[in-house]
Amino acid sequence: MNFDFSDDQRLLQEAVRTMLAENSTSQAVREVLEGRATHSAKVWQNLIEMGAAAAAIPESYGGAGLGYLELCLVAEEAGRHLAAVPLSSSIYLAAEALQRAGSEAQKRRWLPGIAQGEVIATAAFTSAERYRAPSPLSFDGQRLTGTSPVLPDGAIAQLAVLQVGKDLVVVDLNGPGVRRTALPTIDPTRPLAQIEFAGTPAERLEAADGAAVAARVLDAAAVLLAFEQVGGAARILELARDYSLERKAFGRQIGSFQALKHKMADIYTRIELARAHAYYGAWALSSDAPELPRAAAAARVAATRAFLIAAEEGIELHGGIGFTWEMDCHLYYRRARHLAQLIGSEHAWRARLADELIKEAA
Amino acid sequence: MDFNDSPDEAAFREEVRGWLAANGRRRTRPDEVFGEGLDEAAKLALAKTWQAKKAAAGYAAITWPREAGGMGGTAMQQVIYQQEEAAYLVPQMIFEVSIGMGLPTVLRWAAPELKARFLRPGLAGEEIWCQLFSEPGAGSDTGAVRTRAVRDGDEWLINGQKVWTSSAHFGDFGILLARTDWDKPKQDGLTMFIVDLKAPGVEIRPIHQMSGDSEFNEVFFTDVRIPDQYRLGPEGGGWKVMLSTLMQERLSVGGNLPTDLHRHLIDLARTCVWDERPAIEDARVRARIADAYLDQQGVSLIISRGLTALSKGKTPGPEMSITKLVAAKAMQEISSFAMELAGPEGLLASEALGGDWPYLQRLWLGSPGARIAGGTDEVLRNVIAERVLGLPGEIRTDRKVPFRELDRT
Repeated sequence: MNFDFSDDQRLLQEAVRTMLAENSTSQAVREVLEGRATHSAKVWQNLIEMGAAAAAIPESYGGAGLGYLELCLVAEEAGRHLAAVPLSSSIYLAAEALQRAGSEAQKRRWLPGIAQGEVIATAAFTSAERYRAPSPLSFDGQRLTGTSPVLPDGAIAQLAVLQVGKDLVVVDLNGPGVRRTALPTIDPTRPLAQIEFAGTPAERLEAADGAAVAARVLDAAAVLLAFEQVGGAARILELARDYSLERKAFGRQIGSFQALKHKMADIYTRIELARAHAYYGAWALSSDAPELPRAAAAARVAATRAFLIAAEEGIELHGGIGFTWEMDCHLYYRRARHLAQLIGSEHAWRARLADELIKEAA
Repeated sequence: MDFNDSPDEAAFREEVRGWLAANGRRRTRPDEVFGEGLDEAAKLALAKTWQAKKAAAGYAAITWPREAGGMGGTAMQQVIYQQEEAAYLVPQMIFEVSIGMGLPTVLRWAAPELKARFLRPGLAGEEIWCQLFSEPGAGSDTGAVRTRAVRDGDEWLINGQKVWTSSAHFGDFGILLARTDWDKPKQDGLTMFIVDLKAPGVEIRPIHQMSGDSEFNEVFFTDVRIPDQYRLGPEGGGWKVMLSTLMQERLSVGGNLPTDLHRHLIDLARTCVWDERPAIEDARVRARIADAYLDQQGVSLIISRGLTALSKGKTPGPEMSITKLVAAKAMQEISSFAMELAGPEGLLASEALGGDWPYLQRLWLGSPGARIAGGTDEVLRNVIAERVLGLPGEIRTDRKVPFRELDRT
């Protein structure tokens, strides 16, 4: 039984944690929150240079050639430090789709730029949700028309992989006929944009069943985001715990009141369950196990719930001060909600989990 | 990261499989239990025969040193044995307290001649051990024990009552926590003894549980005599001895949640009807099935993390303390939901329904006990808050007060 990460993988995690603690500070995140920067460029550059962002991209395509387990731990740290970087858009979604659906030539053409941070990419897959976008995209084999309504990091990305029906197409966002509109969001540290395409040149990725590939990419992203969520949840619980030891009321540390102790014990319990599911997802993803759809959905639901609870109760545990702009509680509150809906809602993923379980019990 | 055995673990597993195949009987149905159709006495005799075989092969106490009757093995080997044994028809619970609590306490604290007297017959199942800590006035607050031990020459005279003692009705010996000094604060006036449950003055009465079963007993002591050589640890050192007994549990990676409960819900939801459609088509029903899986698989994965620590020769981390908390409540919620799915029929006793119902209703009626035994949900939350999260302990008004004064209030 070896259901844990290796010492080498933990060393990478430690290095990423140290870098993020220095660079993805509250002040740095607030530069993005308050609109003075589109993302934390320094943090992104460091993640690229350390080989952390491209941990799971093979060396032959310019990546670090480590693997998904390493990327999972990078994700946990990014979540913990609220890194305001396009890690999920460029790496979990776009690079993942290119790796899984691209021809050899397509991979050689686009992956190295993403892996080396020269290109920020993004992606959107309609199969993430059960609702239908109001004006679906259309692709005639050469040109893309229509609107991608809420594309993560859409304002700063140069490249997008988009699902159009059963196809995955890749499109240069600096190409002709692209109109971008940055959208105000509930978590400004993770920006979204609307992108309209008017006959923009685009290229179909090779995979025959793009929708099936999209489902696998979403599974991978669900596992990676679960690590971000577990990282964020664990951090806000630590902040609340620390504050409860510092703050006194009625002549005692507030953390000595059983109502608060039990609340924090319950949050911890939710986080550890989510962590266990995230590890299982990491195992399924890294070993390409047939259990991946079930493991990914379970990790996604458990981690979404854990981060939402931790973030909501994190403010409650702080009391009034937690409701101020200056405290970081709301950064976790915003991020928890953002991550909860980024690749399909908790409800959608719980339904997917049930589908898998019921299918298996046939 | 993988779920595989190391080469050493795989070799040990093969060895265990070979031994079990040669000596045990495999379960033929998943719900088949040991000693089906036998009366209590015949079942106990069969259980003792099995335990003797197991002890002779060294599997009774795998982690114990060889000179004490063990195998000198690792905690991981212990787990591997249990995993393999689970497929066989073997006695459940009967020797659990002997092997898990009674005998380890004797091994740690008793004089050499007592170890020579008790360890071998205990491991071989010839003598069965009980644990006598809880009392009507000392449940979660074990330090409030009132059973009295008074020295009388080379003997101690015991008077009082213990409760929730499993196996006492067929037990031979027990480890008994009693109060020897009423002028010291509660935890400092306790002493641990070995008590002969067949001695004059010991009366054992089964407890009729809310589930209808009687797995536990009340044990009454009236002028029971215990020789001083049966004392475990120093006079006044009972609390420390008890903690060492309970520490054994930290190395176990328990958590008792069946991993197929969501399948029972799926089977039921396929046959039950909601809004004139199979209930399985209802989104809320499907969500509950998913949530049942999330809890039970989560517990099982956390146990895998604990096993990983054991496999590396480490002690499982504090996250293990959440398994019982989650498992017991999940059992209650899942079985309740199963009953709800069945509508009015869900209100019938299981004999009238057949199928999965005896199992599901046993879970429902047993889960309130599971949420209390081995630490209530509330005690476990305090343990997590204090030992894992480092939050302050509860404000205590009883720490420095002589027990005699506490007892008066």
